[in-house]
Amino acid sequence: MTETPVLQVDGLVKHYPVRGGLFGRAVAHVRAVDGISFAIAPGETLGLVGESGCGKSTVGKAILRLVEPTAGRVTLEGEDITALGRAAMIAKRRRMQVIFQDPYSSLNPRMTAGDIVQEPLVNFGIGTRAEQRERVDALFARVGLRPDQRRNYPHEFSGGQRQRLGIARALALGPSIIIGDEPVSALDVSVQAQVINLMVDLQEELKLSYLFVAHDLGVVEHISHRVAVMYLGKIVEIAPRAALFETPLHPYTEALLAAVPVAHPRLRRKRIVLKGDVPSPINPPPGCRFHTRCPIAVPLCREVEPPLIANAAGHAVACHLRSA
Amino acid sequence: MSTTILGASLAEQPRRRASLLRRMRRYPLPTIGALLLILLVASALGAPWIATHDPFEMNVVDRLQPPNADYWFGTDAYGRDMFSRTLHGGRVSLVIGIAVAVASTIIGLVIGVIAGYFRLADAILMRIMDGLMAIPGILLAIALMSLTRASVWVVVVAITIPEIPRVVRLVRAVVLTVREQIYIEAATAIGTGFPRLMLKHILPNTLAPLIVQATYIAASAVLVESYLSFLGVGTPPEVPSWGNIIAEGRLYVQIAFWNILFPSVFLGLMVLSINILGDGLRDMLDPRLARRL
Repeated sequence: MTETPVLQVDGLVKHYPVRGGLFGRAVAHVRAVDGISFAIAPGETLGLVGESGCGKSTVGKAILRLVEPTAGRVTLEGEDITALGRAAMIAKRRRMQVIFQDPYSSLNPRMTAGDIVQEPLVNFGIGTRAEQRERVDALFARVGLRPDQRRNYPHEFSGGQRQRLGIARALALGPSIIIGDEPVSALDVSVQAQVINLMVDLQEELKLSYLFVAHDLGVVEHISHRVAVMYLGKIVEIAPRAALFETPLHPYTEALLAAVPVAHPRLRRKRIVLKGDVPSPINPPPGCRFHTRCPIAVPLCREVEPPLIANAAGHAVACHLRSA
Repeated sequence: MSTTILGASLAEQPRRRASLLRRMRRYPLPTIGALLLILLVASALGAPWIATHDPFEMNVVDRLQPPNADYWFGTDAYGRDMFSRTLHGGRVSLVIGIAVAVASTIIGLVIGVIAGYFRLADAILMRIMDGLMAIPGILLAIALMSLTRASVWVVVVAITIPEIPRVVRLVRAVVLTVREQIYIEAATAIGTGFPRLMLKHILPNTLAPLIVQATYIAASAVLVESYLSFLGVGTPPEVPSWGNIIAEGRLYVQIAFWNILFPSVFLGLMVLSINILGDGLRDMLDPRLARRL
């Protein structure tokens, strides 16, 4: 890649202290995100998948600094934002926006739809009140809401409409990248398609980049240019979409893909059933974190952690036995 | 949007802008409470014009008269008109009730928001509040009275201080709940600064429970003022208040029961009406309870 990436993440770590004992000292750490690196080019969508509790949402929040990362560096359009102060960070928020999973709780129930979409413009003092109102109307129209709905309150909208509101709010400041924290997981399937298509259209129109966090592989395959697979706070495989879905290398990715239901009554896929649960992120297994559930693990996997190694085509995998 | 005392509930269900009359018919009990309270407040505010006598004028000839055409509520041991004194006594109760409710709500709101939002401040402030809660209001009033001259404002301070921790706890609880809401995170993500976050996203949620709490505080302040006056550590004796009128009247209760009957009835009605109103507001502002009515 020759272009400067819109977003570059280097060795991002987020540990949550587990407090206990008499003085509330940190007795352990939940290693929600444990050293993650990737880059997103302008106009590109990176899908980030993994099962519940693997830390994928935390990645999004740490990049946005809605939670403070424990270590690592986030570079937005060539500028390191990890060390920015409060005011400087607020200024940077114009370039990086977020769409949340839950369209019910991510909108303030006491504000009208118009106020919700207008708020970012008010925060940054963009334009006069009248200009702001015009911009809100334009945003409403762009995401498929009627301008007269601006006076309605969130509870008067359906789930899909609320998510459109969330998208309009994210677009208001004209960001270069939007982080979608499972933006369609809470919607039913027909509405999911509409919202995703809207996101794809907007990407083409506005040259947006997306970090698309999700657990639904079908959705991720549809929207992403590249896909990263997370397991227990680490990326185990990252590759262009086609490569990942056609020739998955990591055994965990294989298992995930095998779990996707096939929309055909007689077609059967080879099932790979992982045994056991995800180990605790407080005390992750030594060596390769996946070795406790891996069908092909060898003794080496219990001791040495495999590095994430990429090939020329940009397909990277962290496994001792499989290489790209 | 209209900004009545019900502003919060209107914000919650903005589409149901029922007319006042419909609202009154839907919630009969709070309506009765509100009407009664308006009547009592009007009688206290209008005391100088409604009263038939000067509340301080002594007519020794007419002492301890039972209620009659001239002295509607009778007279006390100095021959002062009980009707006028009862109306004027309501002014003190009213001032104290409102002043305590407003002061403790505002102070409690500020402390509660800080405690709810900043972790470190929380630990310190809440321990101070626990300490304040441990002070009995009446002892505090006695201490303050012996340190300063008796005045209505010392009574206000003495009643306000023990009420503050209750408001703080309420506000803090609401702030703690709201700050974890995703829309607060969303507001941070779109660059909302701290002052606006507070005013637009967090404070509106505290409004409904706070209004309700304020009515209870007002009712309890009216009562506490009368305890304090009755004990002789409240409103100075030259200012008629329901508490000290009752205290003076109790000496003659066997021969002139009206000396304590009328101020007591007014006191009771005032507290009752505020409480009914507060209960009603709670039901109206809480959609889960509203169904029951």
